[in-house]
Amino acid sequence: MRSSGGRLKLRLWQAAVLLAVFCAWHALTVPGVLPPFYFEDPNKAAFFFGEPLKVLGRIWDWFSGGDIYRHLWVTLQETLLAFATGTVLGIAIGIWLALAPTASAILDPYIKALNAMPRVILAPIFMVWFGLGMLSKVALGVTLVFFIVFFNVFQGVREVSPTVLANARMLGASRRQLLRHVYLPSAMSWVFASLHNSVGLAFVGAVVGEYLGSSEGVGYLILQAEGVFDINTVFAGILVLTAFALALDALVALAERRLMVWQPRSGETERI
Amino acid sequence: MTPALELERVTCTFVAGEDRAQRHTAVRDTSITVAPGEFVAVVGPTGCGKSTLLNIAAGLLEPSAGSVRVFGEPLAGINARAGYLFQAEALMPWRNALQNVIAGLEFRGIGPAAARAQGEDWLRRVGLGGFGDRYPHQLSGGMRKRVSLAQTLILDPEILLMDEPFSALDVQTRQLMENELLELWSADRKSVVFITHDLEEAIALSDRVMVLSAGPASHPIGDYRIDLPRPRDVAEIRLDRRFNEIHADIWHAMKDEVLKGYAQQRR
Repeated sequence: MRSSGGRLKLRLWQAAVLLAVFCAWHALTVPGVLPPFYFEDPNKAAFFFGEPLKVLGRIWDWFSGGDIYRHLWVTLQETLLAFATGTVLGIAIGIWLALAPTASAILDPYIKALNAMPRVILAPIFMVWFGLGMLSKVALGVTLVFFIVFFNVFQGVREVSPTVLANARMLGASRRQLLRHVYLPSAMSWVFASLHNSVGLAFVGAVVGEYLGSSEGVGYLILQAEGVFDINTVFAGILVLTAFALALDALVALAERRLMVWQPRSGETERI
Repeated sequence: MTPALELERVTCTFVAGEDRAQRHTAVRDTSITVAPGEFVAVVGPTGCGKSTLLNIAAGLLEPSAGSVRVFGEPLAGINARAGYLFQAEALMPWRNALQNVIAGLEFRGIGPAAARAQGEDWLRRVGLGGFGDRYPHQLSGGMRKRVSLAQTLILDPEILLMDEPFSALDVQTRQLMENELLELWSADRKSVVFITHDLEEAIALSDRVMVLSAGPASHPIGDYRIDLPRPRDVAEIRLDRRFNEIHADIWHAMKDEVLKGYAQQRR
């Protein structure tokens, strides 16, 4: 474990990088700070790339004015639903196919095909099937999350140590108990690895869905702003989404630390 | 008296998944009988199918030919009257030592409080009293073997199958574990089949040593009764004159097979 002083220093450096990026962004876009070197018109840089102060101001307005909460809530709901459904389906079907060699052999080419297909293309079809409401966005998110979790669980179950498995059988575990006490915990470390990836994709599903057709959600806000060339609002939406994706990822990491206490961590010694 | 375990003319042939013409006979025509309370060691050069025999006795593997009887009854599926101590790491890494020890009780539906009490008792008996909450990766190799031993013995199996259980341990720990095993065994004399490639270990522990020929298609080539007095101390008994006589005797028969096995592996 890193000492707390070192940790603080690390955080300070990370904050400094963020600040530096914002400063550079600010310096390059605010009209009149730098002599124009690419665009002749000093306002053009701001038009194309936004201005960080205005972006932050917009975010402030959203949260203080309360406009954003409704949209954010919709997007979060879609994301969480897609994330949960995709994960549960991925774990269930992953375990089933890993333990049913015949079924997995038959379905193998189709699963590969579905995974290779650019699934964002499905969004308009889901709109037709499920309407412009929340369901079509959730469906899109599920297709994105499902495959990542599915392939990881499939692999995780396949890689259960044969000795551990044989031992559990000798200790009298039934098929059900093997599933509960051997396959599932063994696959969990793979599941968590995949969850970090799929959190981001659940957001992608929700936002892309909203972007293509909706009446609420952060994706809808971004689409509206883009329609009137309000780049600052577009960037504000992106920043808010990023922050929430990070927060969700942190929650996954927290759950992982809680549930995976049995995993060896490198350098697990304590300084006295 | 009905033997505890009886392998009769067992043959085990593996076929490669795709190419069914490619086959490998690990054991051929092997018969082993273990009486109740008897400690039988099976020795043989590496790669002679010792583990295959044990897996057949455990019911993890079905023989291609021949029959297995456990206390007179033909074996179908997992051998529920046997405990198995594996060569490789077999503990569930996601369970701590205590949870590992009581896993078998849990599978049998014994209540958590009763299982816990028994588990803690067994942890003390294998010398790991205060280590119940450690996870396998936090224990040393020898400690993990002790947990495995407790995990198997807590179910009180009538037959104990051991596949080179101590081969990964250093010499000192190993002798310690061997003595502990003998002590635990002498308390309630289970039937034991102990696989090893170490002849000294085999003689020091067992009542009978079976020697297998080099693989493939290995089969028994000798059966020696070990008439050393018990209780034994595995470190001291190696200095005994009778021990050395037996050792010379068996080694004489085994040497050619070991060389054969070695030559086959080099090819």
